[in-house]
Amino acid sequence: MQETIVELAGAGKTFASPEGGEVRALDNVDLKVRRNEFLTLLGPSGCGKTTLLQSIGGFVSLDRGKILIDGADMTEVPPHRRPVNTVFQNYALFPHMTVAQNVGYALEVRGVSLKERRAKAGEVLAMVGLAGLEERRPHQLSGGQQQRVALARAIVARPKLLLLDEPLSALDRNLRHSMQIELKTLQNELGISFVFVTHDQEEALTMSDRIAVLRHGRIQQIARPRDIYDRPASPFVAGFIGASNLFEGHVENGVMALGGGEVLRVAGEAASFTGKATAIVRPEQFLLGSARDSLPGIEATLDQVIFVGAAFELYMRTAGGRQITVSAPASAREAVAAAEAGRRARLAYDPAEVHLMTGQGADAR
Amino acid sequence: MIARDRLQLGLLLGPGLVFLAVFFVVPLGIMIVTSLLAPGLYGGVEWEFYPHSFGRILGFADPAFEEFDPVYLEIFFRSMKIAALTVVATLLVCYPAAFCIATMPPKWKGFCLFLIALPFFTSLIVRLFVWVLILRQAGPINGLLMATGLIDRPLEMIYSEGAIILGMVYIFIPFMFMPVYASVEKLDWTLVRASQDLGAGPVRTFLRVILPLTAPGIIGGSVIVFIPALGNFIVPAILGGAKVMMLGNLIEQQFLSARNWPFGSALAMMVLSIMLVAMMAFVFLSGRRNRAHGPAVAEGGAA
Repeated sequence: MQETIVELAGAGKTFASPEGGEVRALDNVDLKVRRNEFLTLLGPSGCGKTTLLQSIGGFVSLDRGKILIDGADMTEVPPHRRPVNTVFQNYALFPHMTVAQNVGYALEVRGVSLKERRAKAGEVLAMVGLAGLEERRPHQLSGGQQQRVALARAIVARPKLLLLDEPLSALDRNLRHSMQIELKTLQNELGISFVFVTHDQEEALTMSDRIAVLRHGRIQQIARPRDIYDRPASPFVAGFIGASNLFEGHVENGVMALGGGEVLRVAGEAASFTGKATAIVRPEQFLLGSARDSLPGIEATLDQVIFVGAAFELYMRTAGGRQITVSAPASAREAVAAAEAGRRARLAYDPAEVHLMTGQGADAR
Repeated sequence: MIARDRLQLGLLLGPGLVFLAVFFVVPLGIMIVTSLLAPGLYGGVEWEFYPHSFGRILGFADPAFEEFDPVYLEIFFRSMKIAALTVVATLLVCYPAAFCIATMPPKWKGFCLFLIALPFFTSLIVRLFVWVLILRQAGPINGLLMATGLIDRPLEMIYSEGAIILGMVYIFIPFMFMPVYASVEKLDWTLVRASQDLGAGPVRTFLRVILPLTAPGIIGGSVIVFIPALGNFIVPAILGGAKVMMLGNLIEQQFLSARNWPFGSALAMMVLSIMLVAMMAFVFLSGRRNRAHGPAVAEGGAA
């Protein structure tokens, strides 16, 4: 299962910016997509994730580097000869064809008989839950249904790799969530590798086997969702995936000096590090209440409490003016009430959970 | 509320309807009546039913009154042939040009569209006489070919069907370009990419995606060029000389020179019926297309 389906080596692409300068959309990118893997390319707009996807699809030609798909060099091969299909952001369904014709198009192009085309189109339409809508036209479908047709059309010819370019961004929240789960299920059933582009970190965490975080045309970190969440390689990755509290300071003997006399304790491997570093503590890693007295803590005053349903979000401030966001589960209602009453609280944390970014890992692949 | 809506509608449509009634429906009625009356001896009409003007064209004329002459049918078919060739030639010029201009950066786009509209700023007659100067025996083309020794006698380019088609193409290019450009401009290029992505090469992508999606512009442009080209009389008059006659010239002649108004009207009615058939074909074709895939692709939308 560790076999590679797509490999990019030293891929580079530079566009001319409207101001006459240059924009490096891809800057020496090395990437391996494994067989039967759900890989998400995550990053802010302009980070190069769409360019990366399009270069795999063949719509962007690389200035430098190589693309291998299933071992074959595809760098110079036009899109229609690549064993790769795409689900486009705005679906790109052919308005002059029926749903069945849209879905059967990839087979029609390959010279498959009408009868077989109809059978296979019916099969994949059933897979995406659209059986019976074969004779409709795209404009007679809802956004969610169009999305499913686009998906069915892209998988009917069983590509080796499916590229998805922010396909869920036009859907409303509830539908998007159910589509996320369906996509993941579908990917498992088909056994095709999916490369999914999004700027939505929650979407990335929900579906992916691995996430590649991009910035300025470079891959900042590529790892499993849990690893990327718990051990981000750089402050950028930490900030992009989930909310986080970042602390900068000098670490020595397991203690990070934050300035103003405030300290943050670290444990484990990080304790043996000496020098400047950035520490990350997730909002849910801070614990409220006196029951945590055995753990080290930071004293802070309370600015604001927001109830978000499953949790409370507390916006706190240390004596040194450092802002800290704390997420307390709804079950910690009493501790939150106490903090609200006293306008201050002690924020306990487990030093073993504090992740240290020491600079060396910032560009890790 | 409904009464007020109707009043509003009436006020908005009223002026147009009155204008059309006075200047289109009434003259058309006069033409229909005239075409079925007998020609007067010195022009004008005699008030009696007389179908023989149509007979002269279509071959059921009673020899006691009128002679059937196949030359009129010949002129009909020649006119239709020239109009059809004009449609094909303008399409061949405009379709690729539309793609070229539609993919230009916006400021160049505007400039090119201005260039397409530029000929409208000068007189049609003047522009056609310039073609006479270019094509005539002592014109620059013949002069150049003679000087280089490629020919030793001037080519007879003017006063031919070819010259008429050239002139027609020249004046009808903007009419073909605008509708074709409108549909090419609207073409969603992600659909072209989707087609390539699904494995279709350039030829199949053109035939299965680009052509069907730009067909409304092609059909519209063809109708807009074919109809006036069929009845055009200025181009054949100037570039066809007396040698190549088209329907427009024939009708003009009947009214102004031969003073046979009923026959002229009958010819005009024949042209009108051809155009009606072409229009109905257009409406039928575009109607079927619209029913087939609706006015536009719905974008996004909730489930």
